Amino acid sequence: MTVGELAGVLGLEVLTGDTNLDREVRSGYTSDLLSDVIANIGDDAVWITIQRHVNILGVAKLKDVPAIIIPRKLQLEEGFITKARQEDIAILRGSASAFELSGLIYNELKRG
Amino acid sequence: MVDSLTYTPQITLEFKIGEKDFFVAGECASRVKKTLQQLGLKQDVIKRIAIIIYEAAMNVAIHATSGMVTVHVEPDAITIRTDDVGAGIEDIDLAMKEGYSTATYEIREMGFGAGMGLSNIKQCSDDLKIESKVGVGTTLNAKVYFQDQARQADG
Repeated sequence: MTVGELAGVLGLEVLTGDTNLDREVRSGYTSDLLSDVIANIGDDAVWITIQRHVNILGVAKLKDVPAIIIPRKLQLEEGFITKARQEDIAILRGSASAFELSGLIYNELKRG
Repeated sequence: MVDSLTYTPQITLEFKIGEKDFFVAGECASRVKKTLQQLGLKQDVIKRIAIIIYEAAMNVAIHATSGMVTVHVEPDAITIRTDDVGAGIEDIDLAMKEGYSTATYEIREMGFGAGMGLSNIKQCSDDLKIESKVGVGTTLNAKVYFQDQARQADG
């Protein structure tokens, strides 16, 4: 499943235009601790987090994360979105909580 | 100093890290990762090295006033060294314990300072040395061999 398909099927807002919409998503990881993400996120995994400062983009880039998914319609700064586009990381946003989003995404990816 | 590098294809990459310079810490790990991918190293070795560089650089950014990250690629291994000027570490054994952290509340709020940095580094390194002087600074030396240790021992 691609980032674009995942956003479409779950009704997630896409905040970074066409960045990475065609990239494959194989798994996901939910955590707000950067060291935890660095050590444990898998390949081609979306990252669900409430962290929204530019420094998390360094982690996403390092782990080649196709998309960061922000829960609960949390506010984002313009600078964060701009930097994400520059670094080729999609930012998606949903209204559900991190728990609910993780479950929904898990089900979609299981289904293939 | 340069002479020793002339005849062997060794690469040294250096990055300066300023106080609270979190983004650069991530960037230097990304850049080394790219270089190593170009050299055709194994994916899992690159992953371990990237984690070490990120965590070590982050420690400098979080805890020191300034520092350097030096990555040295040798024919059979890579060494990652950080030298910083700053608070130093009072009790290295305690600092190595997963979950132990001296990071401030503000830093933790950002998702850093979870107390996993040094234990992540240790897990990814074949060799790790840390020397520190309180009030002066810390030097960290990590080494990762390209062949796994077991096979090296056999050969």
